[in-house]
Amino acid sequence: MRRVVVTGLGAVTPLGVGVRQTWKRLLDGHCGIVNVVDRDERFRDIPSQIAAVVPRGKKEDGAWTASEWLSRGDERVMAKFAQYAMAAAEEALGDAGWKPTSFEHKEATGVCLGSGIGNFEEMYDTVVAYEQGGYKKVNPLFVPKLLINLGAGHISMRYGFMVCIDQPKRHPTPPRKSTLTSAQQGPNHAATTACTTGAHSIGDASRFIACGDADVMVAGGGESCIHPLAIGGFARARSLATDFNDNPEKASRPFDADRKGFVVGEGAAMLVLEELNHARARGAHIYAELKGYGCSADSHHMTAPKENGEGAFMAMKKALKQAQLTPGEIDYVNAHATSTIIGDAAENAAIKTLLLGPEGKQKPADINVSSTKGAVGHLLGGAGAVEAVFSVMAIQDNVMPPTINLDRLADGFDCNYAPNESQARKIDVALTNSFGFGGTNSSLCFARLK
Amino acid sequence: MFRSAIVRSLRASAPRAAVKPSASFQIRSSPIAAQFTPSLVSQSIRFYSAPAGLSKDEIEGRIVNLLKNFDKVSDASKITGVSHFSNDLGLDSLDTVEVVMAIEEEFSIEIPDKEADQIHSVEKAVEYIQAQPDAH
Repeated sequence: MRRVVVTGLGAVTPLGVGVRQTWKRLLDGHCGIVNVVDRDERFRDIPSQIAAVVPRGKKEDGAWTASEWLSRGDERVMAKFAQYAMAAAEEALGDAGWKPTSFEHKEATGVCLGSGIGNFEEMYDTVVAYEQGGYKKVNPLFVPKLLINLGAGHISMRYGFMVCIDQPKRHPTPPRKSTLTSAQQGPNHAATTACTTGAHSIGDASRFIACGDADVMVAGGGESCIHPLAIGGFARARSLATDFNDNPEKASRPFDADRKGFVVGEGAAMLVLEELNHARARGAHIYAELKGYGCSADSHHMTAPKENGEGAFMAMKKALKQAQLTPGEIDYVNAHATSTIIGDAAENAAIKTLLLGPEGKQKPADINVSSTKGAVGHLLGGAGAVEAVFSVMAIQDNVMPPTINLDRLADGFDCNYAPNESQARKIDVALTNSFGFGGTNSSLCFARLK
Repeated sequence: MFRSAIVRSLRASAPRAAVKPSASFQIRSSPIAAQFTPSLVSQSIRFYSAPAGLSKDEIEGRIVNLLKNFDKVSDASKITGVSHFSNDLGLDSLDTVEVVMAIEEEFSIEIPDKEADQIHSVEKAVEYIQAQPDAH
């Protein structure tokens, strides 16, 4: 199998727009969770009135203004998650210095972008318009804006037309020579596996490279469903933290004894994955190698994980097996830990089961695990991708990002969680976990290139 | 002809009466979308009066205005009375459907899909509106 490395990173998160802005604020212990009642009065009826939202404002301040990132007209035709992902892809491709021009390079570059929920707002608005006005009120962009894989399609199209900027973005007639002008014509794929989407996208993309379908993949996940009905749905499923509407920064508290549920977040992250020799040949900066990708199913319950963490354990174990690493070599685990009572405990148990033992760590305190969801909330389909970026940055900077709001540990939580402050650590190998509704689990293993 | 015009008029006005004014382009009127500039909004004031026989110039002016507010058209100077939606303005088939929907809103009429598909230039649109006694 060919080896896969990370050569570019991009992120739009509740901590800011851009990897640098996000990472700095994460290490400094900031939180991106706010009360969102001012966005929509209907949030008042929902027990959870908070969300982790991408800050609005100027690009130079590390905040989001769509027109600063998108081409003219993009905003009208693209779902919000795809807009964030487009910006993250732009940052990642710039970071990687990968702007292919030859046919061979374009043909060997692909996109893998997923979302968990997709364009919820478009669905809602169109249902309302249809109910009131019938067929005549259905916009022709309804279906293209709804389909989750259109995010990957838009990224491919954008870089496809980089080399013929005098052409209209969407051709009025089918472009005859499109195969010679499109920049990313490798695999174009979209995973949608709830909160595991981001990790699956990156893992699947790495397989495309490993198996020779592509040399370069832009991969990640995005989410934006900060809508009263979507949040209401999660609230009905009893998944959300509801006691913190006046104190939103304290709401997401992974591993803490007083954790009450997760906080919905929005944003996106994209990674440029590349075949090792391809990256070396062009002298690209290599952040880390993606050495392992493990997947498993709980086969247990629609929304609850197995309490013993068996599904999580199997995903991590498979990732380690593919990476050919022992549990003792894992320097850092970026946990899925969403701040739910059962989920955090199950994952904590799984991590300890995997990492303690003769080939692993001597005692729980030697296990370095943190959850960044205290700071960014739960980005659902974007979570795995954002956390992959954090894991790669942890290796790059030899620092373990903090678990904020971790003030009181319950029984059984005896690892090192970097409570409230980042910790300098030698990190050569990092695992990052993602688990989704439906009982779908995935773990990615990144390692410093050797 | 007269009968069909009345039928169409009834069909056009019946659902409209039940719909709040904001229901036009409802898709863009949600709070989150409201932060963005609406892409297709008529700026002309609409008077709901008896059919008054719109002049060609007025129809053309209103359609040109409507296109100027469509953010997909990057060069507003290209919009004239004879602009072809795709050849001159770079609009694709989806954009054209949106433009025709905006024309329906603007002139308070309903255009069946088959007839809408024949409207691919400002000129065609003006001709079509001129032939609609209930357009206003």
